[in-house]
Amino acid sequence: MKIFVCIKQVPDTETKIKIGPDASSIDTNGIKWVINPYDEYAIEEAVKFREANAGTQVFVLSVGPNKRVSESLRTALAMGADEGIVVNAPENIDCYSTARALAEVIKAEGGADLIFTGKLAIDDNASSVSQMLAEFLGAPHATVVSKFAMSPEGVTVERDIEGGAKEVLNLKAPAVVGANKGLNTPRYASLPGIMKAKKKVLKEIEFASLNIPATDTKIKYTQLSLPAEKPAVKMIAGDSSAQVAELVKLLRDEAKVL
Amino acid sequence: MSKVFVFAEHKNGTLKRGAMELLQAAAKSGNTVVGMAVGAGADKAAAEMGHHGATEVHIVKDAGLDAYNSELYASAVASVLEKIQPQILLASATSTGRDLFPRIAARMKTGIASDCIELNISGDNVTAKKPVYSGKAFADVAFENSPLKIVLMRANQLPVAAADNSKTATVVEHALTKPDLKTLIKEIVKGTSEKLDLTEANIIVSGGRGLKEAGNFKLLNDLADVLGATVGASRAVVDAGWVSHGMQVGQTGKTVAPSLYIAVGVSGAIQHLAGMSGSKVIVAINNDPNAPIFQKATYGIVGDLFDVVPKLTEEFKKILKH
Repeated sequence: MKIFVCIKQVPDTETKIKIGPDASSIDTNGIKWVINPYDEYAIEEAVKFREANAGTQVFVLSVGPNKRVSESLRTALAMGADEGIVVNAPENIDCYSTARALAEVIKAEGGADLIFTGKLAIDDNASSVSQMLAEFLGAPHATVVSKFAMSPEGVTVERDIEGGAKEVLNLKAPAVVGANKGLNTPRYASLPGIMKAKKKVLKEIEFASLNIPATDTKIKYTQLSLPAEKPAVKMIAGDSSAQVAELVKLLRDEAKVL
Repeated sequence: MSKVFVFAEHKNGTLKRGAMELLQAAAKSGNTVVGMAVGAGADKAAAEMGHHGATEVHIVKDAGLDAYNSELYASAVASVLEKIQPQILLASATSTGRDLFPRIAARMKTGIASDCIELNISGDNVTAKKPVYSGKAFADVAFENSPLKIVLMRANQLPVAAADNSKTATVVEHALTKPDLKTLIKEIVKGTSEKLDLTEANIIVSGGRGLKEAGNFKLLNDLADVLGATVGASRAVVDAGWVSHGMQVGQTGKTVAPSLYIAVGVSGAIQHLAGMSGSKVIVAINNDPNAPIFQKATYGIVGDLFDVVPKLTEEFKKILKH
């Protein structure tokens, strides 16, 4: 059985964001890059499945600038994935083109029996690529998945929906499963894992070689801006009764949110 | 004239606020507003959509659409879109919208801008603004090579005027063409709360480690009941098992943008701020004057939450009663 895990490399949450000279993308100098946190759940679930099911192979796949994205793929290999594939692509290609590239690579590799992704990437918060990939492959999808099981009948997932509700779905494999927090606890790459990862195959494919037309670029950022400076917090002094009375008054008369 | 298509979410026929926002924004653009609603109560929702600016509403009432199934919803929406051929599609960035519309975008070979907070419609063109990098920047999004431009808007970003009951829409009912299904809903486990989802709530009361133990969330539930608010939580207390993950606000939780966000005993780790800094007014109640949450807050109270919160609940009760 072949499992593909699609991951994205994103700036660490703690990284300071500066706008680049083109005014429509970030300045990548000094950025600390990490695996998108939700993708770690995806990697873990695939590796766990492989450990419990002999004969399974886990391919980890990412689209982006070769050099830095390969670092994240090496980390995934150190966590236990078997083989990495990097699609060397320019910065900031859109979700549609990314999903097209992932679909082309998966098809060229002989297809998947199962695909894991994160439920969304924390940089653009789009939550689009998983569903687009599923559509391009003619596969069903489930996002925001917090429980996963597979049997000969197919895939069973539990997904978190609105208001704390959950739903249990049966999907015919191959399916695209978008991992949420709660699915598992991702392991850290161990030292032996890191050593082993160095010897694992990490294949490079040029985005240009996939023949994805320029018309598959559907959206672009025309400008990035930083949030407006927030006015300083208004601290409310006094004893608790005075504080409460003043706060309610401000919410009603100044902020007008009541 | 261009057509703006609004996919309206509703609960048993009562429109969600996000749907009203989109219908009214579409009507203001001067384009023809075509709506769609599915599932039980779609006909009632359709009538309401007319009052908010739709002139034509397409409904599919098949029982298969009462609960969200990505394949059935995609099939229902895509087949109506093919008939109507709108230039712009607006929907809410809810659990359903975010799951469904990227799939539809791929099917229609077109672009989608998700999680937007501003919308500018001009003729058949639309641009949008969305937070990126955990709210540390904003991106202006433009479409290319997109016969249909799909924008998913967060709730509570646009104004809603009162419904105009003199305006009505023509309702067109469609049958559902069922694809060969690969997705089956086995079971839906209802949440414990009947309140609005965090992502749609206009007021959120959120608790952190300062509450000391799970049982003390009752203080927040009482406050939330008075305000009609939804209760959220920080990652620390979710990880401690006090409340369910569905209540977590922040990175690896939910991104929220209510009008009023009251953070109680939440220190304000950057991962939490990432999920709520888009709130219009932020109140922080914390006993530590150096808690980072105060840097993002509009109003701050340094004090003992066990003293402040019950008093706040009483004070709100007094002024909201009449």
